[in-house]
Amino acid sequence: MTDHFIEDKSTKVAVNLEGMEPKVDFNDLKTGGFIKQRQKDLFAVRLRCPGGRMSTEKLLEISKIAHKYSKKGVVHFSFRQSLEILYVDYKEFNSIVVELENIGQKVASCGPRVRVPTACGGCEYNPNGLTDTQKMSDMVDKKFFGTRTPHKFKTSFSGCPIDCARTKEMDLGFQGVVEPVWDEGPCTGCTICSEACKEDAIASHPESGKPIFDPKKCLYCGDCIRACPTEAWKPKRYGHIARVGGRHGRHPLEAIEVCKFLPDEKVPDAIHKTVEWYNANGRRGERIGLVLKRVGIKNYLDFMEPVFKAGSAPDWECAPQGVKP
Amino acid sequence: MSDIKAAASLDLRGVVCPINFVKAKLKLDMMETGEVLELVLDSGEPIQNVPKSIKEEGHKILDVKKEEGHFRLKIQKG
Repeated sequence: MTDHFIEDKSTKVAVNLEGMEPKVDFNDLKTGGFIKQRQKDLFAVRLRCPGGRMSTEKLLEISKIAHKYSKKGVVHFSFRQSLEILYVDYKEFNSIVVELENIGQKVASCGPRVRVPTACGGCEYNPNGLTDTQKMSDMVDKKFFGTRTPHKFKTSFSGCPIDCARTKEMDLGFQGVVEPVWDEGPCTGCTICSEACKEDAIASHPESGKPIFDPKKCLYCGDCIRACPTEAWKPKRYGHIARVGGRHGRHPLEAIEVCKFLPDEKVPDAIHKTVEWYNANGRRGERIGLVLKRVGIKNYLDFMEPVFKAGSAPDWECAPQGVKP
Repeated sequence: MSDIKAAASLDLRGVVCPINFVKAKLKLDMMETGEVLELVLDSGEPIQNVPKSIKEEGHKILDVKKEEGHFRLKIQKG
């Protein structure tokens, strides 16, 4: 279950570069995001692109560098949204890294550590988006990227329940949600909310047309809020469903939902404490999903309680939405 | 509310998403701010999506009437 990258301690080579003799430590290569290719001496250089977003200006500069160093003149868009420059000769690592650094582009990493977060477009321009996934993935990249963990640790941010960023397959994933609240005053009983709800969580009263809400079916996507012509449905609070312990690969695991409405400002705490728990309980080469199976989810939830209590599920008993059936 | 006078009318029954929204948008683009467009939309996907998009473009939905298998909306250009 370990990565198939270079881990041999004896593989140090000297690289001659413009008269200098900088050392390339193959142990560092994995940390540095240099991935051995089938072809002799050639590596893929993985760039660090949190949330898969990049300014066009930087993209132009990267294109020039990729064109210069890729022996085949190709890049690959990785499954985790990072650009990989293929066919780079290891003897040129130092100069490519310097050139990339000059334009403010960092190289990513592989191995047992917190990886570059992935994210969808989020609420900035995607009409479905409920959370600012790009801002969040930027934050995670700045705060946590490269933090050592027992095995790889992948995070992602989806802005809505469509979950394009596949939070259910992450070691720790965050998916945007909104809690809807209904106000009878402005409601005209037009029934659009009931039509707009894809989960059958809103029925319409046969006479008044007003919503009859079933919270058990609600996915907190906010379609009712967006569709309502009179703003009778409003957002009460936005947050993230936190999911832990997922992964894909040979033996996929579905992440477990551990928090329903985690506010933005608690996300760093949630990651920090989860990594702390993982480092304290995980064995080398063991993904957090397997640690949770071995140690038990309760142990984790007890540890996380101070953070997750900030995002408790809505108490529909106290605040029922919509008219009674 | 149903007696609001519409300056224009568009029957989008049988028109699929997102063409129905694009047609509504083109029509609204040709109208003056404050004028009202009457729109007929099928139940299902069209009524799930088009009103959301119309709101997001800054127009106001003044009235919604459910009829047999479709909806009749009055949209005020924003």
